[in-house]
Amino acid sequence: MPHPVATTDAPAPRAQIQARTLRTDRWWLSPLVQAGALTVLLGYVVVRLFMREYYWVDQFNYLTPLYSPCLSEACTPGSAHFGTFLPDLPVWIPLPIIVFPILLGFRATCYYYRKATYRSLLLSPQACAVREPHRRYSGESRFPLVLMNSHRYFFYAASALLLINTYDAVQAFFPRSGGFGIGLGSIILLANVGLLWAYTLSCHACRHILGGRLRHFSKHPIRYRLWSLLSRINGKHMQFAWISLVSVTLTDVYIMAVSAGWISDLRLFN
Amino acid sequence: MSYWAHLRVWRGDAEDGQLVDYPVEVNEGEVVLDIVHRLQQTEAGDLAVRWNCKAGKCGSCSAEINGRPRLLCMTRMNTFAEDEVITITPLRAFPVIRDLVTDVSYNYAKAREIPSFAPPAGLEPGEYRMQQVDVERSQEFRKCIECFLCQDTCHVVRDHEENKTAFAGPRYLMRIAELDMHPLDARDRQREAQEEHGLGYCNITKCCTEVCPEHIQITDNALIPLKERVVDRKYDPVVWLGNKILRRGDKRVR
Repeated sequence: MPHPVATTDAPAPRAQIQARTLRTDRWWLSPLVQAGALTVLLGYVVVRLFMREYYWVDQFNYLTPLYSPCLSEACTPGSAHFGTFLPDLPVWIPLPIIVFPILLGFRATCYYYRKATYRSLLLSPQACAVREPHRRYSGESRFPLVLMNSHRYFFYAASALLLINTYDAVQAFFPRSGGFGIGLGSIILLANVGLLWAYTLSCHACRHILGGRLRHFSKHPIRYRLWSLLSRINGKHMQFAWISLVSVTLTDVYIMAVSAGWISDLRLFN
Repeated sequence: MSYWAHLRVWRGDAEDGQLVDYPVEVNEGEVVLDIVHRLQQTEAGDLAVRWNCKAGKCGSCSAEINGRPRLLCMTRMNTFAEDEVITITPLRAFPVIRDLVTDVSYNYAKAREIPSFAPPAGLEPGEYRMQQVDVERSQEFRKCIECFLCQDTCHVVRDHEENKTAFAGPRYLMRIAELDMHPLDARDRQREAQEEHGLGYCNITKCCTEVCPEHIQITDNALIPLKERVVDRKYDPVVWLGNKILRRGDKRVR
């Protein structure tokens, strides 16, 4: 009888099965698609961060969420709604130097994106019951991955940014010419903010902070109601994570196209 | 209507083993465990398989079917194509005893390491009073049938035998979460979860949830909430400061 190579380095006498996995389905497809999507979207965002233009449409008050709030003296006039606290930054420093790390940190430490990146980028593991390639594993028990526990701080900061994004979306309904106006850009900005709120509120840290940390729901009926509500949308967190990521990208693409003059904003009213 | 399926079963023991092919007759409505039993009755009378209730409630017939941890009794044959090779192997995270039977005593050892329910001082059995709304969250975890599929699929121990000492596995971290959410449990489970039972090893890839035959949301409802509770205690200076200002000390009961 042949004596195949052990499944693991285990000293324990496990069943001697040579194959890395015996799964017959296309288990590799999902991590492959996720890795591709995350790489493309992150690559796009990095390029946009260093572009330093086409992020503001002065005529209609459209500011892309990637640059909001714009806080540098180098910001296009009119786009800095909250002042210019930062000096004129050199070209190798992106204008959203404060905003981007918060947004990236919020997504990178998100419990859903952790699952997606551990599987698709870190191969730890690529799929369930598929042997991972790493010889040692300590997970989130040590530096640097123990820093994943900072998710709630990114949640706090990202929520503050989202309030600013909401302000931007409202401003997009008041064009420079005065009065109230509706364009495709203002609708896109509003929809994007709605999806970002759905993603942020369905976050596991939010669910915990608003009610999950309690041991006696009966003593906190309002927080219990909130927790129950958030638990329902928490079940859709993965969907909101992807949809909102795509919506931010598409919103930025639209505003870039209008700002660069490649297309005109479709005006529905005023 | 019946047909002949192509079964490939791992046969062997702790010393040696191999996959052996068998043709087995399949009738309409049968599950994989029925086919394994037919195999025992016909070509492989000495095939070892652990089973009991045949109803997905005892958790005995855990194995891996086409590489996926599943219950033999809850996997219907009509989910496979008639010409598909069906590979059945023992749970790969545990020592094999013979054929499809593994030694799952790692799980019992981990269960014993978790201190049982600890009521507050002065409260005797019979005096426990709780409201349903306070206990229903952890009742989901009581559906566990201890099939150990989650323990088997978790890569922390499946791919790294050396982690078995430090890591309790999803089933027992869920048990800690259940106790920590219990309105009357007075023990500090949060620090224990992180420092003694290896919660930090979990990287929430959700494989435990995917294989659970009881559809318990292990990751979303037990492991992540437990991680967040640990963050409250160990990594959150805001909570620490709030406890100091409000003179709540290091309490966790709220």
